[in-house]
Amino acid sequence: MSTFDFLKVRRLYIDYDNLDQELLNEVIREEPSFQWCISCGCCTATCSAGNHTTFNIRRISLILRRGEIEGLEEELKKCMLCGKCTLVCPRDIQLRNVVMNIKKIVLKKKTA
Amino acid sequence: MIREPNFQYPFLIGTIFLFAYLIVRIILWYIELSKYDKLRFIHFWKTKSVWAALKDAIADGLLHSSIFKKNLLLGYMHMSLAFGWFLLIVIGHLEVMVDRRSLNFPFYYAVFYRYYQPHPDFAGARVFGALMDLLLLIILSGVALAILKRIKKQIFGMKRTTKLKPFDKIALTSLWLIFPLRLLAESLSAAYYHNGSFMSNTLGAWFIQNVRVSAIYDLSWWLYSCSIGFFFIALPFSRYMHIPTEIVFIFLRHAGIMPKKYWNSYAQIQMYSCSRCGICLDACQLYEAGVSNVQSVYFLQYIRNNENVDKSLFGCLICGRCQEACPVHINLNDLRTALRIKASKPLTFSYGYTQMALQQKTDIIYFAGCMTHLTPPIKFSMARIFNFLGEKVWYMDEDKSICCGGPLMLAGQYDSASQLIQKNTELIMASGAKTLILSCPICYKAFREDYVLPGISIKFHAVYLNDMIRQGRLPKINLGFKTIYHDPCALGRGSKIYDEPRYVIDSYSQRMRLKKEKAEALCCGAGLGGINLPIETKNKVTFEAMTYFARFKPNVLITACPLCKKTFARDRRIPVIDIAELTARAIDEYVNEQKKSVREARLIES
Amino acid sequence: MKKIAVIGGGIAGLEVSRLLLQEGLPVTLIEKGSRLGGNLRNYAHLFPDFTPSDEILGNYRFLPSNSDLQLLMNTQIESIDFSTQPYTLHSKDGIAIPADPLIIATGYQVFDAKLKEEFGYGIYDGVITSVELEKMIKQHHIVTPYGKIPRRIAFIHCVGSRDAKVGNSYCSRLCCITAIKQAIETKKLLPETEIFCFYIDLRMYGLTFEELYLNAQKEYNIQFVRGRLSETSEMIDKRLIIKAEDTLIGRPLQMKADMLVLMVGMEASDFSKQFAYHNGLEIGDHGFFQPLNQFNARSKSQKEGIFFAGTSIGPMSVAETIEHARAAALSAISYLKDKEY
Repeated sequence: MSTFDFLKVRRLYIDYDNLDQELLNEVIREEPSFQWCISCGCCTATCSAGNHTTFNIRRISLILRRGEIEGLEEELKKCMLCGKCTLVCPRDIQLRNVVMNIKKIVLKKKTA
Repeated sequence: MIREPNFQYPFLIGTIFLFAYLIVRIILWYIELSKYDKLRFIHFWKTKSVWAALKDAIADGLLHSSIFKKNLLLGYMHMSLAFGWFLLIVIGHLEVMVDRRSLNFPFYYAVFYRYYQPHPDFAGARVFGALMDLLLLIILSGVALAILKRIKKQIFGMKRTTKLKPFDKIALTSLWLIFPLRLLAESLSAAYYHNGSFMSNTLGAWFIQNVRVSAIYDLSWWLYSCSIGFFFIALPFSRYMHIPTEIVFIFLRHAGIMPKKYWNSYAQIQMYSCSRCGICLDACQLYEAGVSNVQSVYFLQYIRNNENVDKSLFGCLICGRCQEACPVHINLNDLRTALRIKASKPLTFSYGYTQMALQQKTDIIYFAGCMTHLTPPIKFSMARIFNFLGEKVWYMDEDKSICCGGPLMLAGQYDSASQLIQKNTELIMASGAKTLILSCPICYKAFREDYVLPGISIKFHAVYLNDMIRQGRLPKINLGFKTIYHDPCALGRGSKIYDEPRYVIDSYSQRMRLKKEKAEALCCGAGLGGINLPIETKNKVTFEAMTYFARFKPNVLITACPLCKKTFARDRRIPVIDIAELTARAIDEYVNEQKKSVREARLIES
Repeated sequence: MKKIAVIGGGIAGLEVSRLLLQEGLPVTLIEKGSRLGGNLRNYAHLFPDFTPSDEILGNYRFLPSNSDLQLLMNTQIESIDFSTQPYTLHSKDGIAIPADPLIIATGYQVFDAKLKEEFGYGIYDGVITSVELEKMIKQHHIVTPYGKIPRRIAFIHCVGSRDAKVGNSYCSRLCCITAIKQAIETKKLLPETEIFCFYIDLRMYGLTFEELYLNAQKEYNIQFVRGRLSETSEMIDKRLIIKAEDTLIGRPLQMKADMLVLMVGMEASDFSKQFAYHNGLEIGDHGFFQPLNQFNARSKSQKEGIFFAGTSIGPMSVAETIEHARAAALSAISYLKDKEY
């Protein structure tokens, strides 16, 4: 996997006026703490999966908050659900539940 | 002498329906069991375990001895109803057999015996009469207590009692009515014929003076029969299905049938065995924290009613307190896990990306685990201990660590976890190690239950420390603290390790005894099972647990789990350390004392 | 009879006393320790202009010799008796002190960095706190606890602040600017040393703070990394490995450093919390004393005749503490005047 994954920009700019907020809103409804992130990056720094690959849980959350949802579920397959991120988070965000819910909701949409 | 009445039909219909239903149900359950479970069950009847099962069936199904242990009055209530009714049936039949000197009579005859036999004049009739009245009185006292429990549950040592469904209410009412109606019918019979005993004759005498007995005599027997019939028909669809199911469950359990990680008929039997006594409600710390939909009794009810369980399924800490408290011994954690597996099946994870750590040859492996990486004092203390013991240890997950898979399994992701299990297994087996030491109970439980590591002894660090102290390889020294030990859920209730950590702590400090410890120990509130629990709820659980500990005013709270340690640490009322840290401090203290005494000896010499 | 009582001999207590004495009002100043000056004595220089803290403390040099001041050192107040008029303070040693009004200036304590165990304070030699660094700056000699001149130092912001995991969810306000101040001072003493600041947000709230930040970049080449430390580990040579995410790039970052400085935040002192708990004084969500309101009664308590001064109500800079102490003194004076009429 390329180290420069983050350069793969999907759109030229974040189109705030046409955000796809459906998934976002559903995740927030299921796990309200998702909104409290201050992007300190602790979760990513300590992440067990992030130690092996370019998996970045903070960026995934942020990208979802910007309405870009393609490939999210696929990327989240790398998570080991070990809970280290939750344990370091200064804002007590329940990231395991966020991961479970994003996957659940995306799948529900796919099958619907 | 005997008029031919028709009132036995409601009873007959109810009884026949119930037995037919149960036979079909049990056959269906049996068919659904796996091949090995069936073989186990057949073999079981040739073993001595049958007697143990029978003993349990009497002790739990009839006498309710486990409820007695919780509260005498509550135990008496359950026993008087179950065992009292059982004796009433058995002795009632004996009475008829003695009277008629025959075994050949319709089975409902004993139920309405006082109607059919107005003039019992066989030898021992008075004794039987008195016995039957006494048993009825005992059952009636149980019914009275059951009604009282609905009104004032505190008397029964319970803070809460279960919410009822409409169908349960109907079954409950008909059950409660059976015995007062029997008393009424028998008393009216005694009013005419004086064929009862101390209770029915006395009441009968009162009835004959105050009521027109002839007007209600037949009606009372009809009502009595109807109440039984109605209860029997309602039973399979109400909570009272637990009465027959529990007996089946006890026998299956003794046959050695193990709960599976998927939902099978054994799981279903366990689900139906729940009597909804509500004892699990008081055991659940989430109830205090304001959650009232995840408790086992409700959870099982939702599944039985095919309601949506998604929220309550993933909102339980899987601490196991309810399972320990359950008087029926239902494997509640396994039932939940089986359902979590089912519910999270479509979510897949894949770990093809993991890079292997550098392989080492070693005798002892120390696997710190993800959480322990965030509590370096535990890792350091383990290093200090290994160093003191002179053991060469491979710190397997020091770099490029892979999770043990335990947290995934708690989320129901067994297939995903198996990928991690396989990777870790490869690493461990290639190392040639004989011992694997864990300091995280979640890892320990995962390794013990879900890994196959032939020839390797899997040891929790507290057990290892216990061994080392007992072998004299670690010193015993009093550090002078007053301590409290917190049993981590996955270690205590999850792996039944209670005594070894206590021995280690007792070797170094004065440990205070708690009421809520061992199987009844509190959960820290951060159990990885509690996936969709809001943080506020978790914090409340932590706060309440810490408040409980603070009452004992210890110098230090000792735990044996990095997650518990981190969770309690946020409270700040009591310093929290791991059992490994305590041991490392003791080693440091011992080494310092040794040095001092050597210095003193030298001084004396010079 | 001296009636106004001030608990706490830090700069807040000193400033309150100074003002009241100036107005001719007698004061009893009670200090639990053996020296006046409180936490300020731990600091060499103050942001934003590097004023030596001794200069501020010097303003109170002549205060103890004022005949209207009764100074009680080594005296720890345990309880307030509200049943008497005026209230009576009882010390641990059984001294009874009348208090009308009472001014609470019990200050703050710094966060115990050992509680963030993954940061490694108390475990790895190279990890120190900002308080310890300040002492080194005072002695003009910065060296790692294992005796090496540090060639790379990382300052970690928000240690024990903005962190629900240790029960302090608030921002301690002063650590950002303190880190920049200390980074500059360190750079002045060790020009060869690389300095990195790991921050979540840089809160340069003062008028001249942003200039200091700019100066740190312009003149001193101090590097700023937006990311919070997740964990530290130690190498055999005692150098530290820092794990964080460089959140602006979006990738995890690992860095070796000789020394880690944890910018420990301010929290309510254990003494204040105990004192409040035992005497029924109101404590806010963050453990500090709760003033009557946050706008025009920040120095008033919920109880008649009890006032707060300085950091007993929340994190404050030295300048803010002195101003707040003056406000408390003014509140006390008008309280006494109202009583007279």
